[in-house]
Amino acid sequence: MSRAGSGERRSAIEVLGVSKVFGNGDDAVRALDNVDVTIRENEFFTLLGPSGCGKTTLLRLIAGFDFPTEGEIRLYGEDIAPLPPFKRPVNTVFQNYALFPHMTVAQNIGFGLEMLGKPRPEIAQRVTEMLKLVRMEELRNRRTSQISGGQQQRVALARALAPRPKVLLLDEPLSALDFKLRKDMQIELKRLQHETGITFIFVTHDQEEALTMSDRIAVMSKGRILQIGSPRDIYDRPAERFVANFIGDTNFLEGTVTAVNGSKARIALAAGGEVEAGISEGVKPQGNVTIVVRPEHAAIVMAPGQDALRGTLENIVYFGTDTHFHVKLASGPHFIIRQQNRHGAREELKVGMPVGVEIGEHAAQVLKD
Amino acid sequence: MANASAGKVRAVFGQADAQKQSRTNFSIKRQTGFGVIALFCFFLLYLPIATLVVYSFNAGPSIAIWEGFSWRWYVAAWNNNQIVEASTRSFIIASFAAIVSTIAATMAALATTRTRPYRGLNFIYGFINQPLMVPEIVTGIALLIFFAMVKIWTGYTGLAYLIIAHTAFCIPFAYLPIRARLENMDLTLERAAADLYATPWMAFRRVTLPLLWPGIIAGLMLAFVVSLDDVVITELVKSGGQDTLPTYMLGQLRRVVTPEINAISSVFLLISIVIVTLFFFLNRKRT
Repeated sequence: MSRAGSGERRSAIEVLGVSKVFGNGDDAVRALDNVDVTIRENEFFTLLGPSGCGKTTLLRLIAGFDFPTEGEIRLYGEDIAPLPPFKRPVNTVFQNYALFPHMTVAQNIGFGLEMLGKPRPEIAQRVTEMLKLVRMEELRNRRTSQISGGQQQRVALARALAPRPKVLLLDEPLSALDFKLRKDMQIELKRLQHETGITFIFVTHDQEEALTMSDRIAVMSKGRILQIGSPRDIYDRPAERFVANFIGDTNFLEGTVTAVNGSKARIALAAGGEVEAGISEGVKPQGNVTIVVRPEHAAIVMAPGQDALRGTLENIVYFGTDTHFHVKLASGPHFIIRQQNRHGAREELKVGMPVGVEIGEHAAQVLKD
Repeated sequence: MANASAGKVRAVFGQADAQKQSRTNFSIKRQTGFGVIALFCFFLLYLPIATLVVYSFNAGPSIAIWEGFSWRWYVAAWNNNQIVEASTRSFIIASFAAIVSTIAATMAALATTRTRPYRGLNFIYGFINQPLMVPEIVTGIALLIFFAMVKIWTGYTGLAYLIIAHTAFCIPFAYLPIRARLENMDLTLERAAADLYATPWMAFRRVTLPLLWPGIIAGLMLAFVVSLDDVVITELVKSGGQDTLPTYMLGQLRRVVTPEINAISSVFLLISIVIVTLFFFLNRKRT
C-alpha cells in the first residue's frame, strides 16, 4: 500500500478493481467496469461525467447503499465494501438533501450523533458548532419545510458533517440551486472543506463546477475512469478525445508524428505546418494522431506566418467578455478561436476574410486515441 | 390609491384566468348538460338521506307523515336498552377489528413496498385485497360454515368470531392508505438515516414510522367505519343475542317502523361522516 513518506498524503479511500453489474443474464448492465482510484486524505476529489457514466454508482458503493460485484473499497486500509451504511464512518449529502421533514433543523443535524449514542450536552454543543459553521444559527428550531432551498442545502451539509465523518460524499448537491446560489455554494463548499479538513468526494456532471472546486478530478464514461488529474491537467492535457470534448470547447486536428522527444512530439499537421505537442503519461504517439488545441490557446492573425494554419473567417460570435472566431481551414476542418475582448478592441476582422491561425506554444496535446 | 391597486389585482387575476383558459382547451364543465347531469346525480344520492334525517325529527309516529319537530325519537333510542347494547357491541367489535387489522396491514404494506420487487408480488397484492374482490355473501357463508365447525369443536360462542371475521375483511381497507403513504415516501430519507448510523430498526422507528402515522391513522379509521357498517358478514356469523347496530336496525325494519330507526340512522350517519372527514384531512396532510 502506498503510504505517507515523501510528502505524499495518506490515502483515505482506495477503490481496487471494483465492478458493479446490475441485473443478470442478457439484461445485465455493467455500471462500473474494473475501476481503480485512490483518493487522498483531505482532498477535494470530483467524479465528473455525463449521466449514466457510473459516478453515482461509485458514490453509492462508497456510502454502502449498494455493494460491489467485484473488488474492494478500502477506508484507511480497511475493506468496507461488505459493511452496511450505518457502520461506515462516511456521510452523504444527497441530491435532494433528504432532510427529515418531521424534525427541526437542529434535530436533523443532531441525528447522526444521537444514533452514535453521544451524550445530550455533547450533541447540543456540536449542533451549535455546526449551525455556526454553515451560518444558520437563527434557524435552529425551524422545520425543514419552512426554509429555502439554499438553507436546506446548508442543513444537509451540517447534518452530514456533524458526526465528523472520515469522508464526506456529495451527490450533485448543487444541481437543484439557481445559478447565483450555486456560485455562492461552490465557494462555501471549498471553505467548509478547508475548515473541517475532511476528505470530500464530489459527484457532478458540471465541468465548470469540477474545475473550480476540485483538487483532483476523475473523468468517467461508461463505467470507466478515463483520466485522473488536477483541473489544470484535465483541461490542458486531456488524454482522450472524450475528456477533451467533455470539458470545455476543443479543436481537434489530425497529423503525423515526425519526432518524439521526451514529453514532446513534433506533429506535421494535415492542415499544414508543424506543431510541438505535449504527450500525456503512458501515451506513445506514432503514425497518425489527433491533437487538441483549446480555443483560447490559439490566435487569429491577418498576416499568417509560415507555421500558421490558413483558412477563411466564417463567423464572429460576440460573448461580452470574449469573442469566438469560427475559421474554416483550407484543409477542411473548422477551428474555433476564443479571444478576450479588450477595451477598444480591433474591429478590422470581417467575415469572409482569409486569415491565419497561430497555435501557441505548449498549446497542443496528443490524444491517446 | 386603494381603487387603483384593486384594479391592478383584478387585472393580474384576469390575466391568469385568460392564460389558464387558453392552456386547458378541453373542460368538461363547459360541455352542455354537465350541470344538469351533475345536479341530478347529487339529487339522487342525497335526497333520500336528507329525507331520512328530516323525518328523524318527526313528532308523530310515522316515517312518512310530518307532524312537527321533536327530539322524541332520539330520546326513545337513547332509552332503548337493545339499541345501547347493540351500539356498544358494534363499537367493541369495530375497535378490536380496526386495531388488529391496521397492525397486520402496516406489516403487509412494509413487506410489499420496502423490499426488492420479487416474483409473485402482484399475486400478493391480490391476496391481501381479496376481501375487496370476493363477494361478501360468499365470504359470509364460508365463515358461517367454518365457524359452525369451530363452535362444535370448542363450544365457544363469544364475540371473538365476529371480531376475527371483521378483522379479516378490514385488512385491505387499512392496507390501501398505508401502502399509498409508503409509496409516496421518499426512500432516500431512510437511506439518509442509515447513512447517519441508524440501524434498520432505529431508521424505522425514528424516520419511517413517524412519517407513516397519518397513513396508519387513516387506515385505522377506515377499517373502523367499514367494520361499524358491516351487515352481511355480521348477520351470518353472529350467534343469538349478538346483534350489532346495523343488524339490529335491519331486524327492526321487519317489525314496526317508527322514526326511531331514522334517529339511529342519523346518529350513525353523523359518526361515519365525522370519521371519514377526519380520514380525509389526515390523508391530505402530506409531507
